[in-house]
Amino acid sequence: MEQKKYWQSYEELKNPKAFQKSAEDEFKEDLPFADIDDKGLQDSKTPRRDFLKYLGFSTAAAMVAASCETPVRKAVPFVNRPENIIPGIPDYYATTYVSGGDAVSIVAKVRDGRPIKIEGNELSSVNKGGTTARVQASVLDLYDTSRLRFPKANNKEVSSFEALDKMVGMELGGTIAILTGTINSPTTRQIMADFLAKYPGSRHVQYDPISYSGQLLANEATYGSKAIPSYQFDKAKVVVSLGADFLGEWLNAVEYQKGYSAGRKLNQANPQMSKHYQFESFLSMTGANADDRFTHRPSEAGAVALGLLNALTGQPVNGVPEKVKKGIAKVAADLNANKGAGLVISGSNNVNIQIIVNAINEAIGANGTTINWGANLLTKQGIDSDMVTLVADMQAGRINSLLIYDANPAYDYHNADAFKQAIKRVKTTVSFSEKMDETTALCKYVIPSHHYLESWGDAEPKVGYISIMQPTISPLFKTRQFQDSLLKWSGNPVTYDNYFREYWMGKLGTADLYNKALQDGVIEPATPVTASVPFNGAGVAAASAAIAAAKKGGKMELVLYTKIGVGDGKQANNPWLQELPDPITKATWDNYAMVSPQYAKQFLDIDLTDDGERDDNEYEANPPKPVVRIKSGNKVLLLPAMIIPGMNPDTVAVAVGYGRGVNNDASEPELDQAKINIGRAGAGVGKNAYPFALYNGTTVEWFASDVTVEPTGDKFDIATTQTHSSYEGRHEVMKEMTFANYKKNPKEILEERAKELAPWGGLDNFAAAGTLYPADMLERPGIKWGMSIDLNSCHGCGACVVACQVENNVAIVGKSEVLRYHDMAWLRIDRYFSGNPNDPESIQTVFQPMLCQHCENAPCENVCPVAATNHSSEGLNQMIYNRCIGTRYCANNCPYKVRRFNWADYQGADSFADNQKGHVSEATLMMNDDLTRMVLNPDVTVRSRGVIEKCTFCVQRLQAGKLQAKKENRVLTDRDAQTACQQACSSEAIVFGNANDAQSIVSRTRTENAGRIFYSLEQIHTLPNVSYLAKIRNTEVLNNEHGDHIRFENTEGSASPGSTNH
Amino acid sequence: MIQFRPIARVFLSFFLLLTVLSINKVSFAQDAAAGKVIFQGQCVQCHQVNRNATGPALAGIEERVPDKKLLYDWIRNNQKVLASGNPYFTNLYNEWNKTPMNVFSGLSDTDIDNILAYIKAEASKGDAAKGGAAGGGDGSKEQADKAQSSDNTLLFGILTLILAIIALILLQVNANLRKLSDDKEGVPAFEPVPFYRNKVYISLLTILLFVIGGYFTIQGAIGLGRNKDYQPEQPIYYSHKVHAGANQINCLYCHGGAEESKHANIPSVNTCMNCHMAINEYTGSAGKLYTESGQEVNGTAEIQKLYEYAGWDPAAKRYVNNGKPIEWVRIHNLPDHVYFNHSQHVKAGGVACQTCHGAIQEMGEVYQFTDLSMGWCVNCHRETKVKFTENKFYSIYEKFHEDIKNKGKDSSITVEAIGGTECQKCHY
Repeated sequence: MEQKKYWQSYEELKNPKAFQKSAEDEFKEDLPFADIDDKGLQDSKTPRRDFLKYLGFSTAAAMVAASCETPVRKAVPFVNRPENIIPGIPDYYATTYVSGGDAVSIVAKVRDGRPIKIEGNELSSVNKGGTTARVQASVLDLYDTSRLRFPKANNKEVSSFEALDKMVGMELGGTIAILTGTINSPTTRQIMADFLAKYPGSRHVQYDPISYSGQLLANEATYGSKAIPSYQFDKAKVVVSLGADFLGEWLNAVEYQKGYSAGRKLNQANPQMSKHYQFESFLSMTGANADDRFTHRPSEAGAVALGLLNALTGQPVNGVPEKVKKGIAKVAADLNANKGAGLVISGSNNVNIQIIVNAINEAIGANGTTINWGANLLTKQGIDSDMVTLVADMQAGRINSLLIYDANPAYDYHNADAFKQAIKRVKTTVSFSEKMDETTALCKYVIPSHHYLESWGDAEPKVGYISIMQPTISPLFKTRQFQDSLLKWSGNPVTYDNYFREYWMGKLGTADLYNKALQDGVIEPATPVTASVPFNGAGVAAASAAIAAAKKGGKMELVLYTKIGVGDGKQANNPWLQELPDPITKATWDNYAMVSPQYAKQFLDIDLTDDGERDDNEYEANPPKPVVRIKSGNKVLLLPAMIIPGMNPDTVAVAVGYGRGVNNDASEPELDQAKINIGRAGAGVGKNAYPFALYNGTTVEWFASDVTVEPTGDKFDIATTQTHSSYEGRHEVMKEMTFANYKKNPKEILEERAKELAPWGGLDNFAAAGTLYPADMLERPGIKWGMSIDLNSCHGCGACVVACQVENNVAIVGKSEVLRYHDMAWLRIDRYFSGNPNDPESIQTVFQPMLCQHCENAPCENVCPVAATNHSSEGLNQMIYNRCIGTRYCANNCPYKVRRFNWADYQGADSFADNQKGHVSEATLMMNDDLTRMVLNPDVTVRSRGVIEKCTFCVQRLQAGKLQAKKENRVLTDRDAQTACQQACSSEAIVFGNANDAQSIVSRTRTENAGRIFYSLEQIHTLPNVSYLAKIRNTEVLNNEHGDHIRFENTEGSASPGSTNH
Repeated sequence: MIQFRPIARVFLSFFLLLTVLSINKVSFAQDAAAGKVIFQGQCVQCHQVNRNATGPALAGIEERVPDKKLLYDWIRNNQKVLASGNPYFTNLYNEWNKTPMNVFSGLSDTDIDNILAYIKAEASKGDAAKGGAAGGGDGSKEQADKAQSSDNTLLFGILTLILAIIALILLQVNANLRKLSDDKEGVPAFEPVPFYRNKVYISLLTILLFVIGGYFTIQGAIGLGRNKDYQPEQPIYYSHKVHAGANQINCLYCHGGAEESKHANIPSVNTCMNCHMAINEYTGSAGKLYTESGQEVNGTAEIQKLYEYAGWDPAAKRYVNNGKPIEWVRIHNLPDHVYFNHSQHVKAGGVACQTCHGAIQEMGEVYQFTDLSMGWCVNCHRETKVKFTENKFYSIYEKFHEDIKNKGKDSSITVEAIGGTECQKCHY
């Protein structure tokens, strides 16, 4: 086993004094007792008399409360119970999540008329049951308190849609432009075409804030079609990503996660695994999963692509750093050795770079193998220049009416000011936004559209793959679907739901097929098509020349990216997404400037690799981070800096999607207005970095090649979650190996464990022999729940984290409480770095989902004075809220730090709303609104203040699954009991089931991968019911602290190359 | 000895006769019992044995339709029989306003025979009931039992009290005697302390008061939020005694959720109207109705209230208004941190409704029969046996099955044995 040092933070790497102190105090606050000194009780701040007063008052209060009568509760049944609806039983409707062009087939769980949970639709062959964090969280957007509740004209309520139709009808005319995000709904496209045909000279402009027009135009140049093909990661043996975050944010990431992890699932008998190279400027989530990773400046992206093309054809590589050059040589060799099984993708939005990438893919035979032109992706179709032309036309007064749907350029356009100017010149402006967003606030008429869970509709994420959308709840507010408005205004008397039905009845033929499509939620081709299209290399030479001639970057460069939670900012008012820790930085509720340790050492005077006793060590132990001023041309942004290893030293990275409404340094009245428009949780969180995107004449590029980044001397608090829970140096929580070593001896980890446990009974008897407790403590007569997590498949995307919050009513605490380490997430994803912080190429990252391990010999159970946490005969570590008295001994004694304490009444269950103001965050208050609370899962207790909570293995689902099996008089199956995290995972990293059943998925996973199993902190005999499968990295060496290679000591004693460190 | 023989013979033959009769009765009853289940599950929504409801009274059906095969056909698919033009049924159909009967294609010949047996039995019972008033023997016996048990408590209490008084008197006597003997022997006596200043008495009394006070305080605290016997006044006087008792409507007809869902569910108004479209008056099938305070209730007027809610015009026999829901007062309230699922108990566990809700078929207005306390839940879980061998779900408990087989244990696996008293079975 490799002896590798992992660190979650620089402090763990060096373990300075400030960090030791922080780790000592698990609960940061002192107990609320005033100091008791030698002066005696009478003189202390809380004297005996006060105590008696409080005692007397509380006794009296309790007596008054007790003498109240039990409230009379009503039970109100239906007048006419709809057929097939039984109160208390959830119904599931197949529908589709849409946002921008993204479309994910989902199944909405509707309990007593309310959608409360989103699952992936397993019938879809695009996302195959996978979801993302944003999809999981989208159910809360339905109950967003800041949604528009009625139509408006000139910012005043309009009594009816008819009145509004009349007003708009009188004005609508001349040249109309419909501005939308990407629309891939066949019916909507048809309706829009019919509408535009009525107004000659009118047009439809698609605008994507995160645009892929570079790729679309490059494909048009080289393949003759302005489209994006399907990328088949499952067929790729070598994956090379040039800055594309394809596991997180790039195009249809949920599909790519499935394919990518399919190529990396290990079969112990015949281990095979794809190889993943990443070239990028900052540490992205995808980069963190790469086997080999190389960093370069953003402005060098073209040179890297060109270099790779040259290397493949044996020409010299120029204009890239030395390390990258070596990397390119390695990649080229690998790609040449795997012709037809390689895939190169690029996250750049530059046409020339994408042309080069196409040429590379052509050279390695990807066209028609790993790149499929048979089912093109339709989720992003916006062309940047179209939008630029539209804004110019608006400015010139050539547009009479502008209809805006699903687009918010006043916020996310690179030149938002120009758009805001131009929109003033348009006579009639209509917005169909669900919320009063930045653009809608500038529009004359507002006709709020339904949320997607209230809507009919369809989407075609890939050509031929239709996903159907059907309403799961009747509209909460006086809203009308965009399509209905267009139908009405184009003089079509049918409503959209009828139109939709007729359209698909016409396509499908019979009512049975239509109903089946509604039930399944998808219409798909019977046989998937794989196709290639001829490549036209005529533009490659010009593209190469343009890249070679591109100007070099300045001293520092800026790269923009989207975060896995907030994304492009549409769902910014979703507290679940805001509080989802970023996979890399583990920061919540803000955006920031990611800088390298080298930058920090040079400019911020923080040397995190220094062993000394300097104050630098305060950097991570405390929330305040140094603020830097980022300047690009005349654009300035002040952001706190987070020091992240693996960053290119000359690059600073900033996430877009923040600063909705206003930036977080806005004045109080501005912020209040933004809170009304954007929402209480999302307004003014972070700062808007969209203006830093640059239009190069063809496309918008996501970096600025010459910026200055200078410290301001100020500090700003960033709420991170990673350093809260320290393992105090026990780093056997996680295991990792190289693929080469694994192939050599797949049982290395097993043998290692056997050796370690030998003195205490060995692998087989450790459970019984390693303890003083009697063996029948471990008896599990029927079911023994177990979970297995494959670290090789976990990419850190956080879909499980959000799914857990939704399913289990886990509270949102807000930034102020995360700062005090009071975050409540039951499931967290720990991120470990290894390697030398000063060498970005050496940084290797591992993600480990950490949740209650349901230890069979649980340390928490022994210390509870009231037995509020105890064990079930099915192996669950039970937590009983109504018995808990809040001593927090259990949390102290938990070696995995997975227990969470309710410091305040976050769910507002026991408090008057006004009493909570100022004590809990604004986001928490928003979550406690009557509307928002409709999302709560009625099967899970809402916890009140003063109790501990933690992962229950979704016990409500287990109980429901068992009951279903009993009612049907059959044995329990894997499908009966699935945890929320398991269901949400696109890469099937989490499996769950009855470990007593040899045929269950968890048992099979454990036996088939016996060589990779490990239990976190196994040596302390907690006997977890969660097992992990070790991470296998397809690289030559695992890097240690100082970037030195580690000696491999396997059982044969043969040493692998690399110098020795330990 | 000899003279007793005839008596013994008579006695014996009488006994034999009784046995035979009772055996007869047993076999007869079995059919009728099976029929009762089907009747209450599927027929009772429209039919009564001894009087007309939505459909005609069924007593004497076999006399009216002697052809058994025809009767089978009619019950299974009446539309087919009507189509064939049978004169009796066509008449009947017209007589009953052409209200079609449901189709019961799932019933076998034996099932129908059982139903008929039950109808026959009920019909004869009905005749008997007409003769004499229904006896209440069981009830009075129960009361007597109750009285006896409370008598005992009182007796023990009085005995304890008498003994305590005797003990006190003896102590007093003892003290007096000692004082006398001390006087005699010239031992100087202390100033006598009156008993109300005697520290021993005072402390004894304090302890006593503390114990009694503590007992009641704790009982009161435990009882907070428990509402045994809670019997609120409902918007409509709905009598389970009439519906479930006299008319024997299956509980699940209205509370169908009990088999499928967490909630048993109060029936929607349209469920009530299924029957009450036809039944618009209370004819006293369960005797006179009284509220808890003894006021007599006019059943027909209560049905009228239902029509108000449903928006039904009984004269015109159609809906004239939009219905509005009935806001019943909820009787059984569990705390929010308790998860209770009806279908778990009714469908999977096979627990009778009456186990928790009491003799609901005898209640006028419903009251809470049990205190719904955790102790009550847990006790039942300790004693109740699960359907361990019948339900395939439990086949995974291999060790228990093994024990049953090898050690010849009876199949008494209680809910507790499979983890039914663990916290997270109800609290999550």
